Amino acid sequence: MTINKVNTHIVPIEFEYHVPGSLDEAVGLLEKYGGEAQILAGGTDLIPQMKQRKAEPKHVINIKGIPGFACIEETPEGVKIGALAKLRAIELSPQIKEKIPLLSEAAGSIGSVQIRNLGTVGGNICTASPSADMATPLLALDATVHIYSRDGAKACSIAEFFQGRGDVNLGRGEFITGFTVPYPPVGAGTAFEKVGWTTFDIATVNVAAVVTLKGGKVDHCSIALGACSPAPVRGVLAEAALIGKEPSAEALEEAVEFIAACVEPRERWRRAPPEYRRRSSKALAMDALTRSIERARRFP
Amino acid sequence: MMEVEITINGRKRRFDVEPNRLLLNLVRDDLHLTGTKYGCGIGECGACTVHLDGEAVLACMVLAVDADGRTVETIEGVADVNKLDPVQEAYIEEGAIQCGFCTPGFIMTTKALLAENPDPSEAEIREYLKGNYCRCTGYVNIVRAVQSAARKLGS
Repeated sequence: MTINKVNTHIVPIEFEYHVPGSLDEAVGLLEKYGGEAQILAGGTDLIPQMKQRKAEPKHVINIKGIPGFACIEETPEGVKIGALAKLRAIELSPQIKEKIPLLSEAAGSIGSVQIRNLGTVGGNICTASPSADMATPLLALDATVHIYSRDGAKACSIAEFFQGRGDVNLGRGEFITGFTVPYPPVGAGTAFEKVGWTTFDIATVNVAAVVTLKGGKVDHCSIALGACSPAPVRGVLAEAALIGKEPSAEALEEAVEFIAACVEPRERWRRAPPEYRRRSSKALAMDALTRSIERARRFP
Repeated sequence: MMEVEITINGRKRRFDVEPNRLLLNLVRDDLHLTGTKYGCGIGECGACTVHLDGEAVLACMVLAVDADGRTVETIEGVADVNKLDPVQEAYIEEGAIQCGFCTPGFIMTTKALLAENPDPSEAEIREYLKGNYCRCTGYVNIVRAVQSAARKLGS
């Protein structure tokens, strides 16, 4: 960002402000105003964008008034996390720390405490940034996205949800109400890794991994790669190369060789050229797998 | 214009604000509580840190209308009339202030840290204060000040 060319002291655009008290009211507003409306949740993306006139909504819909939307709840299918759950709440939640530590680890890596006290998981996913730090753990864990519209509630897999940069699988009048994150398989080791310009900056590359071992061999393996393709992707070739093998150093080396074939970094992206992203995604996948395997081995 | 009601430093106040007004500008320009600083405006420097419903947030990233019905505490609400807060005392005693521009933000973040974790390690202090920039001190004295404040509050 060219800080000095933009007056970040004010929000220079004028808009009408709405605070719907229910899901249906919010959907009605979204349908009515369509592309002229923006949803305000944490505001950590929207407000800087409005300051720079990268977003110029005529209507801002603050959804924080809708009750029951920030829950973190254990269900038989997994942990249900409301779209408005703060990143800080996910980082600190005792249930998530115990059952799905990968999510706490990723949430805690974002920005600063002040940012995490504002930013929400729904916002992190909805901005459809390929570098969203919550996207990789949700993708590695095969989370379900809950979407609400006039036609009622529906659900889709997180993989279907991501279509590409700045584009998520949401139609007019649809919005995310939350996620169900399945519990990782028993005995799973998980890890989240990222690199950025600073520890504070958004990720240049991020990787989440989930591994289980059975009889000394890799039984389940999922690797999700962020900021190195137009949308977060799974390293399917590397996963397949590892499943059924003993996780030796050689087997890991062989598996991460496939990472470069799973990613499609773009030339015009800021922060790093494609080659950097290809090499970092491989290196981070190696780190994440190594750490996941160590953790899985600790399981009795 | 919209009418909002915000409790600022313990006092319930009503304001008419435009929806695009930032909480930071309401605090500084309308209430003349200029302790809260405008630094980068993009959520990186932490100079505008205030407590919103008890949590440290950036006032440059919050719309004033979004604070409707909520509680805001700024640096001006930290001390009693005649007595500094132990965190403020510790910052002065440890030389954790040079030009002072970042100090209100640091103190608000430190207060949030010590409320959550009364005895933080150096690593925990550095991690928690990661979102506050200081271009003078080099942070060493700031870390000492937080440790000293923790002792003051603990004793």
